[in-house]
Amino acid sequence: MFPFTYHRPADLDAARGLVAANEEAKLLAGGQTLIATLKQRLAGPSDLVDLAGVPGLAGVSRGGDALVIGAMTRHADVAAAPLVREALPALAELAELIGDPAVRNRGTIGGSVANNDPSADYPAACLGLAATIVTDRRRIAAGDFFLGLFETALEPDEIILSVAFPVGGAAAYEKFPNPASRYAMAGSFVWRGEGAVRVAITGAGQEGVFRWSEAEAALAGDFTPRALEGLALDGDAMIADIHGSGAYRAHLAGVMTKRAVARIVGQG
Amino acid sequence: MQTITLNVNGAPVTATIDVRTLLVQLLRDDLRLTGTHVGCDTSQCGACTVHLDGLAVKACSVLAVQADGAEVTTVEGVGSSEHLHPMQEAFREHHGLQCGFCTPGMIMAGIDIVRRHGADLDEATVRAELEGNICRCTGYHNIVLAIMAGAQAMAALPAAAE
Repeated sequence: MFPFTYHRPADLDAARGLVAANEEAKLLAGGQTLIATLKQRLAGPSDLVDLAGVPGLAGVSRGGDALVIGAMTRHADVAAAPLVREALPALAELAELIGDPAVRNRGTIGGSVANNDPSADYPAACLGLAATIVTDRRRIAAGDFFLGLFETALEPDEIILSVAFPVGGAAAYEKFPNPASRYAMAGSFVWRGEGAVRVAITGAGQEGVFRWSEAEAALAGDFTPRALEGLALDGDAMIADIHGSGAYRAHLAGVMTKRAVARIVGQG
Repeated sequence: MQTITLNVNGAPVTATIDVRTLLVQLLRDDLRLTGTHVGCDTSQCGACTVHLDGLAVKACSVLAVQADGAEVTTVEGVGSSEHLHPMQEAFREHHGLQCGFCTPGMIMAGIDIVRRHGADLDEATVRAELEGNICRCTGYHNIVLAIMAGAQAMAALPAAAE
């Protein structure tokens, strides 16, 4: 690791002050991506501002028609929370599929969303459920939040406080995990509401998570796996690496979407 | 350098460390608790699994300064050579190891599985829960048997559990 100064501020104002005062500062949440990145010297922040000491950032609550998940809520706690299992079971199941149990005991939703890894799971749920990212200064619709590979609408010193997921409709998440890392080779989060369908694909697109609008249009007319026959994503726009070609990921994204649709129909 | 105070296996520890020190380095290099192993050093293999405030974590992916004020339990803290933890005894009884390198992490992961799922574990649950702990010798069969038996033994001897 490159040298850095470590801070553990006791409140949000102090955390905000530290990131605002140090241009090369980075926020530390659960650290399950960031610490590996520091170890590989792929990042060299001047300061690490650990949010672990800031009160009020962890926990799940129900506010009206939304399920609000604090930014520092661990994946394991999202997966186990009765409020989540009851209101948005697909979100609890998604959290249960991230990494492995020890990673889920550390990693947080805020960290995952802020990092916007193209193969992370939460971004798909945020887009699929039309979540709102709540920061220390504004509310950002998920559709405006994820801008590209590891890129988000966050200002350098902006801090995510929570993610608000609208409750309602039926949803399912299906992913094909890389057998070693458990990151999605392709994952599809499908949501069906009153006269509307959303399909969010992660793990596949070269620009990160995206809505598959052709699939949404097809499913809006006929919400069955068969409606997706003949639809295909462009393999040239998908990630190609040692784990799989673009064409392979494009195919997988279609299969995962069909499975997610079949599960929703089965719940029906 | 930063001075941190934490509780390791029931004893208070104060250490002055470079903030880049990983929890696993503090445990192994500074405290000489070498039961916690470093396998992959990339959070895949689980050989470095310890309990941080009661939850299984990969000590290669936690900074020691993040554990300031926390309680850490390593494999040395769950039992002793004279009085093995029921999970350790189950690994011995069921021969849940060959070379032994992954075993400390398996023991700590196994105890965490029992914490979350209780004593009555089925094979599918244990296998799914072990996805973050890699063994290159056993083929997992006896590890799974050991964790299922260890879970039953922990329930039968609550005072001996962690």
